[in-house]
Amino acid sequence: MIRLWFGGLVVGAWLLLACAGLILPLRPDEVDLARILAGPGDGSWLGYDDLGRPLWDRVAVGARYSFFVAFFVVLISAGAGTLIGAVSAYLGGWIDHATTRVIDVFLAFPGILLAIALAGVLGAGINNVVIALAVVGWVGFARLARAQVLSLKDREHVQAAVALGASRTRIVVRHLLPLITAPLIVEATFGVAGVVIAEAGLSFLGLGIQPPTPSWGSMIRDSGRYMLVSPHMVLVPGVALMLVVLAVNLLGDHLRDRLDVRLAERDRP
Amino acid sequence: MTKFLLARFGSALLVLFGVSLLVFLLIHLIPGDPVEVMLGESSQPADRAALRHALGLDQPLYLQLLEYYRHLLSFDLGESLYSRRPITEIVLERLPATLELAVAGLCVALLVAVPLGTVAATRRGRAWDVGAMSFSMIGISIPNFLMGPLLILLFSLWLGWLPVSGRDEPAALVLPALTLGTALAAILSRMLRASLLEILGEDFIRTARAKGLTERVVIFRHALRNALLPVITLLGLQLGALLAGAVITETVFSWPGIGLLTIESIHRRDYPVVQACVLLISLGYVVVNAVTDLVYARLDPRIRFGDAAG
Repeated sequence: MIRLWFGGLVVGAWLLLACAGLILPLRPDEVDLARILAGPGDGSWLGYDDLGRPLWDRVAVGARYSFFVAFFVVLISAGAGTLIGAVSAYLGGWIDHATTRVIDVFLAFPGILLAIALAGVLGAGINNVVIALAVVGWVGFARLARAQVLSLKDREHVQAAVALGASRTRIVVRHLLPLITAPLIVEATFGVAGVVIAEAGLSFLGLGIQPPTPSWGSMIRDSGRYMLVSPHMVLVPGVALMLVVLAVNLLGDHLRDRLDVRLAERDRP
Repeated sequence: MTKFLLARFGSALLVLFGVSLLVFLLIHLIPGDPVEVMLGESSQPADRAALRHALGLDQPLYLQLLEYYRHLLSFDLGESLYSRRPITEIVLERLPATLELAVAGLCVALLVAVPLGTVAATRRGRAWDVGAMSFSMIGISIPNFLMGPLLILLFSLWLGWLPVSGRDEPAALVLPALTLGTALAAILSRMLRASLLEILGEDFIRTARAKGLTERVVIFRHALRNALLPVITLLGLQLGALLAGAVITETVFSWPGIGLLTIESIHRRDYPVVQACVLLISLGYVVVNAVTDLVYARLDPRIRFGDAAG
């Protein structure tokens, strides 16, 4: 129960911050030279960074970017992956064979290495981050949807639909996809946690969201040189990132138990 | 067994082909003119033409592809645009550091995960279990690029026990290995707990207890040995995450391995080196996975005689 409460609370706060940040008077780029590296409490409740910018405003704007990147990446990869996996499994034959091979190749790139390479080649920037992470992300959904459809496509209700003359599109959309939403929702939840980490990771490496736009990842990277003097610079974005990922993972665990689906353990980049 | 070996070998080769094809295509994904991106906008047309020719980019795509595979098969990865040295040489120079880090990280992971998972499973539902699983959940939620700076802050800056970065002394290995290892430990301990709990419910465990064996013997000789089987498979799969994690961990600690080379080369726009690094890391991953499957088949005869296509 604590998983649901804690998870819901933190994710709710994250969502609220992401949306409310658009109307709040946030000044993530405002420089206050008198408060360079100032700790929490003095004017801004989370302190200031090495350029005298308020950390609260920067973390709040960072929340917006991490949320929207996660939202779009999971939306795109879940949509494309599910469609590819489900259609390939339903059609079978050489199409399914070829799709499986392509999935195998994408799975052969460890973790976010492919995303790093893609972001490095395409160039930094938020659009390329979304592209790179979606190119990596669709595979998990495709594999899952394919496996699920394979186990369902010979069920009697599908045979009945075939006998009634339903088209292939109708069978996939109306008779197969609704049955596999539960595991897909769980996968998407863990996917959100993965994308939040991956976005922050790319930004940490300087391949993601570019300065001066704040991202939790680049905030952690910039804190490196000032860690001894002002540890709050790493702790503020670090704790925000950790809380969100932990909350999303706990929600995913809760959903998995609740919807009773089994998935492989997740890895972290 | 021969049939299984051949099938596994064949599918690994096919995957390798696909991976190298994708890596080949990477350079063509560069928006605009890749040669201009690599040399900068102010470069001379003559230099550009020379590089274009050297990289074979003035040839039709299929010829480029043939050239690429011909070079790969003779272990010729080309030349670095930044240092003008053969890439094979640079990569071989960096490889030991990455292997060292990966092995050390793996040791940390096993040393943490096996006791943690065993304690959690044998004391299911009690404080130990809750504690171990909370630790693992938090471990999964802290990415390497956060864990690294936090460890540096605690052990290097506040306590002053360990070096911040580099690879000049043996002690420098400790923090990167801890960073890399805890990530893996968090996942492995959950897996081991689940697998031990399943085994502990089996009939042969009841038999072992019924013949009066001590709990210690039951756990270590009978349960743990069987529970480690699925963990080995996961370990193979997670080694990929470990290698990808090494890219970030090496950047955090300025550890001079393949991962740091990848990131440095991306920033220098030295794309031939980036290609070589990505190819090498993925290659290592594919080989490790194939070997894991073989080890698993050797340990568990059910796999060998089951679905050979795997």
